[in-house]
Amino acid sequence: MSARPIAIINARLVDPESGYDGPGALLTMAGKITRVSHKPKLTGLPTGVRVIDAGGDLLCPGLIDLRVKTGEPGSEPKETLKSAARAAAAGGVTSIIVQPDTDPVIDDPAVVDFILRRARDIGLVHVYPAGAATKGCLGLGMAEIGLMREAGCVYVTDADRPIVDSRVMRRLLAYAGALGVLVAHRPADPWLTEGASATEGEFAGRMGLAAEPVAAETIMLERDIALVELTGARLMVDQISAAAPLESLARAKVKGLPVIATCSINHLSFNELDIGDYRTFCKLIPPLRCEDDRLALIDAMASGLVDIVVSAHTPAPPEDKRLPFDEAAAGAIGLETLLPALLTLHHEGRVPLLRLIEAATLAPAKAIGLAAGRLKVGAPADLLLCDIDAPRLIDAEDLISKSKNSAFDGRRLQGRVLMTLVDGRVVYEADTSPKISGRGPPKAGGVSSHASSG
Amino acid sequence: MTGIAPALEEIRKAAIAFPKRHFLSVGDLDPVQVGELLDLADGFVALNRQRAKKIDLLKGRTLINLFFEASTRTQSSFELAGKRLGADVVNMSPRASSIIKGETLVDTAVTLNAMRPDILVIRHGSSGAAALLAQKVDCSVINAGDGQHEHPSQALLDALSMRRAFGRVGGLTVAICGDVLHSRVARSNVALLTMLGAHVRLVGPPTLMPTDVARWGVEVHSDLKSGIAGADVVMMLRLQLERMQGALVPSMREYFRLWGLDREKLARAATGVRVMHPGPMNRGVEIDSDVADDLRISLIQDQVEMGVAVRMAILASLAARLENQ
Repeated sequence: MSARPIAIINARLVDPESGYDGPGALLTMAGKITRVSHKPKLTGLPTGVRVIDAGGDLLCPGLIDLRVKTGEPGSEPKETLKSAARAAAAGGVTSIIVQPDTDPVIDDPAVVDFILRRARDIGLVHVYPAGAATKGCLGLGMAEIGLMREAGCVYVTDADRPIVDSRVMRRLLAYAGALGVLVAHRPADPWLTEGASATEGEFAGRMGLAAEPVAAETIMLERDIALVELTGARLMVDQISAAAPLESLARAKVKGLPVIATCSINHLSFNELDIGDYRTFCKLIPPLRCEDDRLALIDAMASGLVDIVVSAHTPAPPEDKRLPFDEAAAGAIGLETLLPALLTLHHEGRVPLLRLIEAATLAPAKAIGLAAGRLKVGAPADLLLCDIDAPRLIDAEDLISKSKNSAFDGRRLQGRVLMTLVDGRVVYEADTSPKISGRGPPKAGGVSSHASSG
Repeated sequence: MTGIAPALEEIRKAAIAFPKRHFLSVGDLDPVQVGELLDLADGFVALNRQRAKKIDLLKGRTLINLFFEASTRTQSSFELAGKRLGADVVNMSPRASSIIKGETLVDTAVTLNAMRPDILVIRHGSSGAAALLAQKVDCSVINAGDGQHEHPSQALLDALSMRRAFGRVGGLTVAICGDVLHSRVARSNVALLTMLGAHVRLVGPPTLMPTDVARWGVEVHSDLKSGIAGADVVMMLRLQLERMQGALVPSMREYFRLWGLDREKLARAATGVRVMHPGPMNRGVEIDSDVADDLRISLIQDQVEMGVAVRMAILASLAARLENQ
């Protein structure tokens, strides 16, 4: 697996751990970052090194996406681990954590092992399984958390299904906490959300859609926070989506409780009106909220109240989406649009660039104990080089994912991945020949590479 | 509004081409177009009262009734409307036919589209189903009820019934009472009546009201007595009996006591009040038979008659658009 050394020079380095955002260069050898310089050039490079002139483009840790669904095992026509890994590489995502609600469910160390072996064979990005918190994700009996951790699962969750029984949730937190395994839970009251496909309000009422109130999320989150206080165990709130539950989260953090939270890029980018004329690509779990909620989430992302951003990548083929709204599958793909959608928040001046990158790299790495997510000597050479200004018109048909259900289809975003490295290997490199679709001339310099004479 | 049926040539002239290819929502029309459709429908009322009811305005056209939900009056109303205008009408109830097995709505649409119908009338249990179908076919689509979203031809026939009873719709106070939450009839009526300048009140228990319904530009009442006080029209909605489960309302008898319409409560409405109901009625649940069957105040039979005429007007208008293409 040992890759040829790569030197990236003339870059704008952004490292969320040190807080550095400035000119720099970096060398990778044997899968690790071996030198980080805050000067644009590196001297004394070893022989055989591939030198990449970044031409001032941004170099940061590769993104770490804690919430990715594929269809493997069980629903391969939606997405395979391989197609998801290719999509991730093209999106600058160097680690994906796959959700356990597959068929069979990842509630057994053998399935964890299956995922890891498939990922090794594919050899593109890091793929880590999240294990089921309860057997079959049914919310009843605890899954074999200890054995799955030994096999390589990085946290446990029942994915979209809330763990309704408070006693099960309490025991799960206590047990997993003692083993040092992070529990993630999407807070949703099962009765208030039953049958809902939108957020309750004037718009859903006019559309005649069964809807859930935001209180469904707040109620369950308050319960979870009380159980964290009771057990002292860590909890990751999965996809917080509205202003009211953010208030609960803030109170828990002020108390010093070990609670962290994620939100999806979709909820930072869209609101309930994007459902428009029953657009099923915008049917999500949790459902899109109102604009005030979206703005509150963006503020919480900027302040760090919400720690982590996820793509919530959920592939669904046309036969699951081309249905009446209430019958259609929920979810949207997101691996290839995560970066430009995040950069849009930077370009709009809503969230500082360094904070956005932290939320997609260092923060998730810390949550699950990965060494990646930082630009420092000895860290894995999982890197992302991108042109943060390049305008893009998202066309779902151009995306690599097997399913094309992108909520961003037709949106104008900014930001283009130029190169993705995993363990020092180039797993994606953009075609840098001038594109008719790209406006304006290609950046002077661009990504040019040449062998160093040493 | 004469009793003499217009001649075919007059109807041809009066049938203004429909503004859009599909009729999915009340919002597809503006107040002037609504007025023209209702005028045209008035002519069809006269025609329908004659012995010879059939004209060949839609001769050679094919109309498919695609009803995923059971319906008696709407389906037969569209069927009669099509037949009286000379169209070939096919009724399909996909639950009973084999084309639907394992097929999605879109598959069914594509299959039917290949049979080259001119107009597809659809009723489906999901909000937005008619709009989805309209994206996938070449013919005109009429929404005959999609989930809890809209039932625009019902709103037009209700407006025609009111216009014939009062001579106008604008300025009337209309109380729509009962299960607004689950009612597409209520949604289409709110849209059309407010467009035509009526004062609309929604009356019912809060558990059967949509969230933020006050922002629909209507008055909201949870008390039936205050809700219908001074109203010119009281429109009762059907209460699905399965609503007794799930803690929406406690029992039929309590519902009837608090929100059912009887003569005593109706006394609070304006003099000359007329009572409407889209049907089918639950007698003794939302409406007392004594009120429903009193032809001096009930417009319920008129609504059914106007239903055929309004649907003839919609079909004639859509056909006029097809002729222009």
